Amino acid sequence: MKVLVAVKRVIDYNVKVRVKSDCSDVDLANTKMALNPFCEIAVEEAIRLKEKGVATEVVVVSIGDKACQEQIRTALALGADRGIQVETDQAVDSLSVAKLLKAVVAEEQPQLVILGKQSIDSDNNQTGQMLAALTAMPQATFASELTVADGKATVTREVDGGLQTLELTLPAVVTTDLRLNEPRYASLPNIMKAKRKPLDVKTPDALGVALKNNVKTLKVEPPAERQGGIVVASVDELVEKLKNEAKVIG
Amino acid sequence: MTILVIAEHDNAELKPVTLNVIQAATDIVKSAGGEIEVLVAGAGCQAVADAAAKAAGVSKVLLADSAIYSHQLAENMSLLVTELAANYSHILAPATTTGKNFMPRVAAVLDVAQISDIIAVESADTFKRPIYAGNAIATVQSSEAKQVITVRGTGFDAVAAEGGAAAVEAISFAEDAGISRHVADELAVSDRPDLTAASVIISGGRGMGNGDNFKLLDGVADKLGAAVGASRAAVDAGFVPNDMQVGQTGKIVAPELYIAVGISGAIQHLAGMKDSKVIVAINKDEESPIFSVADYGLVADLFEVMPEFESKI
Amino acid sequence: MTIERESMEFDVVIVGAGPAGLSTACRLAQLAQENDTELMICVVEKGSEVGAHILSGAVMEPRAMNELFPNWKELGAPLNTPVTEDQIFLLKDEHKGRQIPNALVPKTMHNEGNYIVSLGNVCRWLAEQAEQLGVEIFPGFAASEVLYHEDGSVKGIATGDMGISEAGEQKDSYMPGMELHAKYTIFSEGCRGHLGKELMQRFDLQSDADAQHYGIGIKELWDIPAEKSEPGLVLHGAGWPMSNDTTGGFFLYHTENNQAVVGLIIDLNYSNPHLSPFDEFQRLKHHPVLKQHLEGGKRVSYGARAITKGGFNALPKMTFPGGLVLGCNAGTLNFAKIKGTHTAMKSGMVAAESIFQALSSAEQQSGNQELTTFADNFKNSWLYDELYRSRNFGPAMHKFGAIMGGAFNFVDQNIFNGKLPLTLRDNSEDHAQLKLASEAPVIDYPKPDGVLSFDKLSSVFLSNTNHEEDQLCHLKLTDAQIPLGQNLTRFAEPAQRYCPAGVYEVVEDEEGAQRFQINSQNCLHCKTCDIKDPAQNITWVVPEGAGGPNYPNM
Repeated sequence: MKVLVAVKRVIDYNVKVRVKSDCSDVDLANTKMALNPFCEIAVEEAIRLKEKGVATEVVVVSIGDKACQEQIRTALALGADRGIQVETDQAVDSLSVAKLLKAVVAEEQPQLVILGKQSIDSDNNQTGQMLAALTAMPQATFASELTVADGKATVTREVDGGLQTLELTLPAVVTTDLRLNEPRYASLPNIMKAKRKPLDVKTPDALGVALKNNVKTLKVEPPAERQGGIVVASVDELVEKLKNEAKVIG
Repeated sequence: MTILVIAEHDNAELKPVTLNVIQAATDIVKSAGGEIEVLVAGAGCQAVADAAAKAAGVSKVLLADSAIYSHQLAENMSLLVTELAANYSHILAPATTTGKNFMPRVAAVLDVAQISDIIAVESADTFKRPIYAGNAIATVQSSEAKQVITVRGTGFDAVAAEGGAAAVEAISFAEDAGISRHVADELAVSDRPDLTAASVIISGGRGMGNGDNFKLLDGVADKLGAAVGASRAAVDAGFVPNDMQVGQTGKIVAPELYIAVGISGAIQHLAGMKDSKVIVAINKDEESPIFSVADYGLVADLFEVMPEFESKI
Repeated sequence: MTIERESMEFDVVIVGAGPAGLSTACRLAQLAQENDTELMICVVEKGSEVGAHILSGAVMEPRAMNELFPNWKELGAPLNTPVTEDQIFLLKDEHKGRQIPNALVPKTMHNEGNYIVSLGNVCRWLAEQAEQLGVEIFPGFAASEVLYHEDGSVKGIATGDMGISEAGEQKDSYMPGMELHAKYTIFSEGCRGHLGKELMQRFDLQSDADAQHYGIGIKELWDIPAEKSEPGLVLHGAGWPMSNDTTGGFFLYHTENNQAVVGLIIDLNYSNPHLSPFDEFQRLKHHPVLKQHLEGGKRVSYGARAITKGGFNALPKMTFPGGLVLGCNAGTLNFAKIKGTHTAMKSGMVAAESIFQALSSAEQQSGNQELTTFADNFKNSWLYDELYRSRNFGPAMHKFGAIMGGAFNFVDQNIFNGKLPLTLRDNSEDHAQLKLASEAPVIDYPKPDGVLSFDKLSSVFLSNTNHEEDQLCHLKLTDAQIPLGQNLTRFAEPAQRYCPAGVYEVVEDEEGAQRFQINSQNCLHCKTCDIKDPAQNITWVVPEGAGGPNYPNM
């Protein structure tokens, strides 16, 4: 069984983002970039499936300019077998990404596609679901547990208020949540080996996808600073305010 | 234009977040005119539809009552919503794990971009939404003919749950995609909700003095159904384990109510909880930075006031 | 417990991707290319990426860069802002400051022909060049231990284990470290590298040198209003807020993109245990001379790093069997110029040339010997000449204070060109200079205003520092009793103040019992604690790879 994992290059989660003073975007100049944490979990899960003998090949795909090859190499160092870069320096929305991935799916014919539930930059949480819709595959988002057997994927999902378990008929799309696994570290020899693993570069044109971006960002601002409220004099007053003013307790 | 709001429910009750989404729809109507309809898709969910019909500002409720929708599987929900989509300019759902699950599927089938997690309506096609985990707010404008939007409930007030009298109209469409199957639900059984899912959180800081004193928070947590968290200082001091940490390197939370007890409010902690709707700070040092973000501050010795607080809520 | 570790063989392993290490790597790879041979060169870097842990002023003299990459401009090296104007101030008090006429400034402090750079970005660029030349660079891997052959020569290094819990147990993510063996191993960890420190002791490298001296540099990056931006303007100064027995100086440079950097270096031989370099820096920014440049701006980054400033007199022997210590790890900074980048780079280039010679000769190609040719090559380089001429600069400041020391330096540098036939020595150890807390004045620092000045934790926040929480503490106390038992009673535990990241705290529980707390997650890897602790009880070791600050543009 072949597993396709889609990954994204994003700002490192340790780095605080800063809005540019002209409010056009956040400032990413010379900031540390990394593999999106949820994508890293997706890669780890695919590799574990391979180690269990369930998957036979793990293919990693990323969409972006040349720099995203670094993240593909990171995934290869973790244990993926080969990489595909769909090269574009345009900002693409989730729908276009899903269309590109659909084209890759058509070429690769994976039985399972694993993605992060969302990227920590745009926080859209759309691509996996959109890919599933476009390819008419079943989906399980927010996965915290995944088993694959007999042409089915059984997925436990983290939903509001608890867990939900679904059974999907393969091929299927799964998006990862934080607790699915703890990704491994890449070892030095594997990082060196990753440099020699195959990495194909494709263009959106070759995949027959016209990119569009119908959502325009007008401005990006820092969040409003929270203002201090009032100081209450007693527990009685506090409880009264919480009940009757803020209405957050019964 | 007509806006479709998709109700959040568990087949028995309409979830309050739906009322916040109806407010977002109301904001769109305010700027562009039009009507608001609500879709209730579930199994045996007539009561939910009846509740939705009473919500302020709703002109019609569509009820898709079929076993196919009992668990609102994304595959089936998206077939239903796309079937109905032609009648609407905007389709809104709450940005819950249910809404987030099926809405992008709807958008993709309609071949339109989705706008996720809006917190404000600027106009019928322009919205504000948080990006970078809330560290920046983007104003985005969509040129799509149809808007598919998920709404962050805490960004909008709830409309009145009572007072409306919309008609409920049954929908006969019921198509099963047949590629996924619901196996089981496991509702969180622990008395304490998970930090990231809790609607109320009470956290202790270094002011708690030691791990034992966190018991002072347990009583309040039990009464409020709250999760118990901690600041990094309390974790570093060894009072409580790592997984309780709220903050920059711990969990990022945004509950309805956050009660900070004996927490000074270092920026690392604030980064993890500043998006909470209501923040209460209890600290004996009135200079603590936590008071600069708290909606309600109580300058007092926590050991004196916590038992009283517990008894009075 | 002995752990089975995998090993890899290289010709040269370099610890630390700073200017010295990367210049060594680039020069070696160039020589290999020119001579049509192949060298396996590997650089390990503890930061999450190259540049993540690099912090410097920095005004850079391009001399070494011109030699290493004569076409650096075409190659796009980020030396974008030539210095256009030097201003030097002596701050009298919190209101008054006097600009020193140019003619009276020691000429080593003139910056015509130099560039204002982000050293982090320069290193990022050097790493790209190195990789294109075939060097393997591994960020996120910390060299945690030196490996020795049976004959005592250095065999290489081991990277740290990953995934060990705070309690010392293996977690699910456990990955044992790797041994990297090399014919020659370069230690270019920067100031007070923890392996460098071990090598100094083991090979007694400092036996012929004076005591080493250090400073702590604290730096911030600011967005400033476009109308205030004067790219190329360089300000330096000394005086207030420090008293005359505490030496140091500030810098403020206008860089590209409407940004300015501001910083303060305080010599770590200060004597008042109540002194807090962080708070000195915060109040300094309120001085009119600095404030006028920053007002209306917004701070975007913060960091700190110790610098090695003993200069020529304190320079240790840099070679030992199987390797070298280079750059700030040895102490090649030229304090008269307050510049260490070009000297660090040059030390790496001289080392590379010496190593290449050795590896090309029949008797030394197996490596692991002492690179005796380095001493001669070093002595024949401009680096030696430059450091020799500046040898009195620091000691003069230490001996005579900022004003008279400054006068001495003017005469020495401008009239005698650094060749005054005398050498001032300063053999006192920085950590031994503290007076008892009871005998030194308590300093009452003003509260930060949140506009120009800030508290420690919100500052640390901007360094993007982070360490995986569940790991062994990387700040080791030799004797856990000393902080409260000795340091607190005698010096009011100065770690609470000299640490610019709030790592060390003395906290009291509700019963009033005191405890020494180490918030190692905050650590900026500046090494000040390792240097200044009066009992020399704190040893800084590397945490898990990739931990520490993530400086952008610093």
